[in-house]
Amino acid sequence: MDSTAPSTMPRGAPIPNTRDHDNKGRDTTVLEIRNLSTEFVTKRGAFRAVDDVSLELHAGKTLCVVGESGSGKSVMSRSILQIVDPPGRVAAGQVLLHRHRTARDAGIEDTVDLLQLSPTSKAIRNLRGRDIAMIFQEPMSSLSPVHRIGDQVGEAIRLHERVSKKEMRERTLELLRKVEIPNPGKAIDQFPFEFSGGMRQRAMIAMALACNPTVLIADEPTTALDVTIQAEILDLIRSIQDESDMAVLFITHDMGVVAEIADEIAVMRYGKVVETGDVYDIFEAPQHPYTQRLLNSVKELDQPSERRLAMRQARPVGAPCLVSDGVTKVFGAGKNWRGREARGLLAVDRADLELRKGENLGIVGESGSGKTTLGRCLQRVYDVTAGHVLYTAEDGRELDLAPMTENQLAGPWRDIRTVFQDPFSSLNPRMTIGQIIAEPLVVAGKLTAPEIRDRVFELLELVGLPDTAYMRYPHAFSGGQRQRVSIARAIAPNPRIIIADEATSALDVSLRTQILDLLLDLQERLDLSFILISHDIAVIRYFCDRIAVMYRGRIVEAGDTEEVCRNPAHDYTRSLLSAVPVADPRMRGQKQRVRYTETT
Amino acid sequence: MFAVSLIAFALITAPPGDYLTSFAATLAQSGDVVDEARLDALRERYGFDQPFIVQYFRWIGGVLQGDFGISFEWQQPVGQLIWERMALSVTLALATLMFTWALALPIGIYSAVRKYSIGDYVATTIGFIGLATPNFLFALVLMYVAVVYFGSDVSGLFSEGYQDAPWSWAKFGDLLSHIWIPVIILGTSATASLVRIMRANLLDELYRPYVTTARAKGLSEWRLILKYPVRIAINPFISTIGWAFPQLISGAVITAFVLSLPTSGPLMLQALLAQDMYLAGAFILLLCCLSIVGMLVSDILLALIDPRIRFQ
Amino acid sequence: MTSKIYSDPDVTMVEPGKLGAAAHPDPRTATANDDPRALGQAPEDFASQWKLIWISFRKHKLAMTGLIIVVLFYLIGAFAEFLAPFDPNASSAPDIYHPPQMIHFIDRAPDGGWSINPHVNFLTAERDPFTLATTFTEDPDRKIYLDFFGKGDPYRLWGLIPMERRLLTTENPDEMFFLFGADRLGRDMLSRTIYGTRISMSIGLIGVSLSLVLGLILGGISGYFGGRTDMFIQRVVELVISLPTIPIWLGLSAALPQDWSPLTRYFAITVILSLVAWTELARVVRGKFLTLRTEDFVTAARLDGCSRGRVIFRHMMPSMVSHIIASVTLAIPVMIIAETSLSFLGLGLTPPIISWGVLLKEAQNIRSIAQAPWLFVPGAAVCLAVLALNFLGDGLRDAADPYVQDND
Repeated sequence: MDSTAPSTMPRGAPIPNTRDHDNKGRDTTVLEIRNLSTEFVTKRGAFRAVDDVSLELHAGKTLCVVGESGSGKSVMSRSILQIVDPPGRVAAGQVLLHRHRTARDAGIEDTVDLLQLSPTSKAIRNLRGRDIAMIFQEPMSSLSPVHRIGDQVGEAIRLHERVSKKEMRERTLELLRKVEIPNPGKAIDQFPFEFSGGMRQRAMIAMALACNPTVLIADEPTTALDVTIQAEILDLIRSIQDESDMAVLFITHDMGVVAEIADEIAVMRYGKVVETGDVYDIFEAPQHPYTQRLLNSVKELDQPSERRLAMRQARPVGAPCLVSDGVTKVFGAGKNWRGREARGLLAVDRADLELRKGENLGIVGESGSGKTTLGRCLQRVYDVTAGHVLYTAEDGRELDLAPMTENQLAGPWRDIRTVFQDPFSSLNPRMTIGQIIAEPLVVAGKLTAPEIRDRVFELLELVGLPDTAYMRYPHAFSGGQRQRVSIARAIAPNPRIIIADEATSALDVSLRTQILDLLLDLQERLDLSFILISHDIAVIRYFCDRIAVMYRGRIVEAGDTEEVCRNPAHDYTRSLLSAVPVADPRMRGQKQRVRYTETT
Repeated sequence: MFAVSLIAFALITAPPGDYLTSFAATLAQSGDVVDEARLDALRERYGFDQPFIVQYFRWIGGVLQGDFGISFEWQQPVGQLIWERMALSVTLALATLMFTWALALPIGIYSAVRKYSIGDYVATTIGFIGLATPNFLFALVLMYVAVVYFGSDVSGLFSEGYQDAPWSWAKFGDLLSHIWIPVIILGTSATASLVRIMRANLLDELYRPYVTTARAKGLSEWRLILKYPVRIAINPFISTIGWAFPQLISGAVITAFVLSLPTSGPLMLQALLAQDMYLAGAFILLLCCLSIVGMLVSDILLALIDPRIRFQ
Repeated sequence: MTSKIYSDPDVTMVEPGKLGAAAHPDPRTATANDDPRALGQAPEDFASQWKLIWISFRKHKLAMTGLIIVVLFYLIGAFAEFLAPFDPNASSAPDIYHPPQMIHFIDRAPDGGWSINPHVNFLTAERDPFTLATTFTEDPDRKIYLDFFGKGDPYRLWGLIPMERRLLTTENPDEMFFLFGADRLGRDMLSRTIYGTRISMSIGLIGVSLSLVLGLILGGISGYFGGRTDMFIQRVVELVISLPTIPIWLGLSAALPQDWSPLTRYFAITVILSLVAWTELARVVRGKFLTLRTEDFVTAARLDGCSRGRVIFRHMMPSMVSHIIASVTLAIPVMIIAETSLSFLGLGLTPPIISWGVLLKEAQNIRSIAQAPWLFVPGAAVCLAVLALNFLGDGLRDAADPYVQDND
């Protein structure tokens, strides 16, 4: 097969805001995507996931493709190497790789149209991993669980270069060192499951760098990671890029990450690129209404909600109503079946916390910090190993929930309700919305059937859903709508406290503010107090009056949200805050990142 | 093991009466006078008047020393009767397992990779029919076809000349020329179910992110599939030793009966029908133990092949 | 929740402009502009789980075929007396190993005219004086005319309702016809196979019900209580699974007293079969219980104040029922094969009970099958029934969770 397309190709539609030449006047475009379309052929017909996308990548520059879920950005990135899983297939377009413009192959004109090559041909396989390498979102599932790290990284070298086994091992070690994996000599023989998420992603990057690619495609590489790890990975990608003049195509949904790393931006929506341009220009003056809205919702989130501040003025915060007094939770402790003593996992360690009436308390922490466990302990979904959960009931009595049995908890559970994180698993798919919302009322048995019906309609109205939702099943609803149903169920028995565990994390940015505003609206109308558990500082800053920072099961710092965010007292909080990407490219590099290492 | 031996013994002592009752019944039928005193003496000698637990411990004690007791019907020690038949049973089961794997692995991979191709449909259809046909029926049909269309008898494991001959290479060759028929019969349904399992597992793995990763590295399609998803999808294959082995042994009992193979099945059946308890007990115990050994072997192999299990 | 094959969050099966696309957005595509009040009007939005299961099941052609065949088999079993032309135990000495006859509908008179009148041609038996082998030759002049819904031997439907009419009878009550041939006692194989259907299919059903009860209770206990109880039950399940079934079945049924009545024996065999078969169902139930227990909506139900019983029966059960039905359907064929095998070896059901296994016992030796290959007919019935049940079960299993997007 003739793999080299003629180099004098007609130029496609000019792409605005791209600089075709570097400062020496040389054309640095290494990868051009022209009018790319990718279709998914199903029984219901063909669906265009990527629709007429044109982009350019320049050596040494990072192009960020932003878009919310379903915008086709990930499929687009896979179309480049033709590795879209069936039934997806590239329908039209060109992907031109200008190999002569890279540092390595400088000289003779050498342009390849990747889409002209058969997806299984040797020609395209030689390009994959050598000229264009990819890293993916899920560092756990993107590595084979049964092969050693060294084998998987080394394979990328052996596939494209003739090297001996020994040489391969040497180079693999060097790569692991380059991506800052500690103790590479040991890591090379380990399996992915022995690594943490961040280390796995580093290994993925090592694999991608194996043959010094011209182009690195990174598909949401930090989405599954905690912010502190994310910051490290972004640093790593940037430093490698500085060294090697590699072009990076970075796919993300996070405007903060874009502001941190992008040189240029392409905004995608419904498979189309709606706006492209220089990162500073776009953050300064977005042209397309969608880009504007996207940026607005991000900017809105990073400051306290005006609405909340106004509400606090009108109705000041009251006395504590839910107090966690030294709550400790150990999983799996006690004797196992052979009578041996098991040590167990300390998930929450002596947590002291209080929620005051009419206030919003945020619990922030990274994965594994014990924030969800603490939330569940406060509600007594989990048994508490030690400590007290003191709840002040409506009539002023103080109850300790910790030693209560499930039957005794029925009362408090009507007052303290939950909104779950996953809008899909929290609604029983086999019940109608009406049944789901009515369930707590039916079980309480205080109202007659028609009264319950009327109440459900009232609740639907409150959360902004139409009456017609009543007879439908959850599968008819979108994520945001389901979360509203979940909220309606939570407020059904007239509760006083709502614990929302990552209630907005599964939603796109633009929906988050909608849901948070709804919660604030309900707070005003129904006199509620909230505990919001989240890993996302922006969300907490918007919604919460006070914040508690958790790290490895302990509350390391608590206080007024603005106070903590501006002047963090604890080192961990400082490192957490410094890792959060700021959605403003001008702030780039000004912030000093702090790494936190435990000193105990 | 202990539980198994208890079950096996409970099974064989469960029938009301004992061998002597049926022995007496046979004698009475043929007109002989049954001497009550003689029966009682025999009963005492074999310990049939003892409670269950005592009988069990006497038996299992013997088994542990390699003494399986005496077959009433054959008037020979059970040990002498069973070993050759057990050996043939195991040979048959192992041969079938090999056959099953050799067939099911490639077909399963092909079926999954070329999903909804003609080959996949053919494999699926044959698989379904293989699953739906009881072993013995398949054996009967095969015998019928052999007799009617080829005029040959396919039963047995040896030609007549070698039946009682001592072991030699010639006899071994003769065994090989006979063993393929029961192997096919036994292997068909196991192959069918394995193909389905392999196909389903591989389909689960084929679109995992790590496959995309490997593809993005530039691996060729077949090497990629064999190295990554197949490597992981093969785990259930290894565990088949655990469950397919008991199944094969099970199936072998009936097939062996139909084809009158000199394996353990027919003799065990006969022993069960005649309440020849020590003989039947020895068979059931050994077959069960064999299954459990298969289970252990598969667990060990699994741990060897999958580091995730090894590190647990 | 998400589709099995796409790990890519960006792939959505939305098809703009068509029904079920704009009206039925994939929940994951929710974007800024989605108005909480905008709801689709697709009929599926109002469909309960059973409706959704039915919708996806209907698309499965093999499974639908399976369903029809299975229903037919059970109807045959239920109305065996009416459908069988003769008493299955009535023997007829002249018709030993009578071969099957073809049924003809068009009756040609010798003068060339024709009329529609179902009949079979008579076969004359001749016995070779030396070998004593009987051969049957067709006599084109002698025809046995058949009647639909004619009167035959009187019988009681389900042992209760006295009736005379049968689906197909001879016009002359003294004549016989053998569509599936006759066995070594000259009994009609068609009638016997039809009666066998009743026993074989019902033993599958009853046996599975028994193992379902066992599996539900033990699996439920195991899954709900967890901990040490679960440990113990799991060990037992593993033990039972590791045993080779047929030797155990053989041992157990050999333990049945020979002098039990056929009916007692029938039930005893059913119990024996289910004793070994419950483990699979227990595993399914336990697994489902364990996964459901951690689902958020179950926690939500607890927090709604539901009692333990209400959580299990109102919130968890509906998600399990369809899976259980599917596994039950897949367990029936195993039972049928087991019964057939046991009876075939003479350790299961014994005459006068008629089951497919009992009938196949007749086909045990090579000589009889060489002479009368139609003795395989019950075997074909076994295959067909097992195949149909497998198709049905597979289809049910695929449709059992209508909320997982399938990508076929």
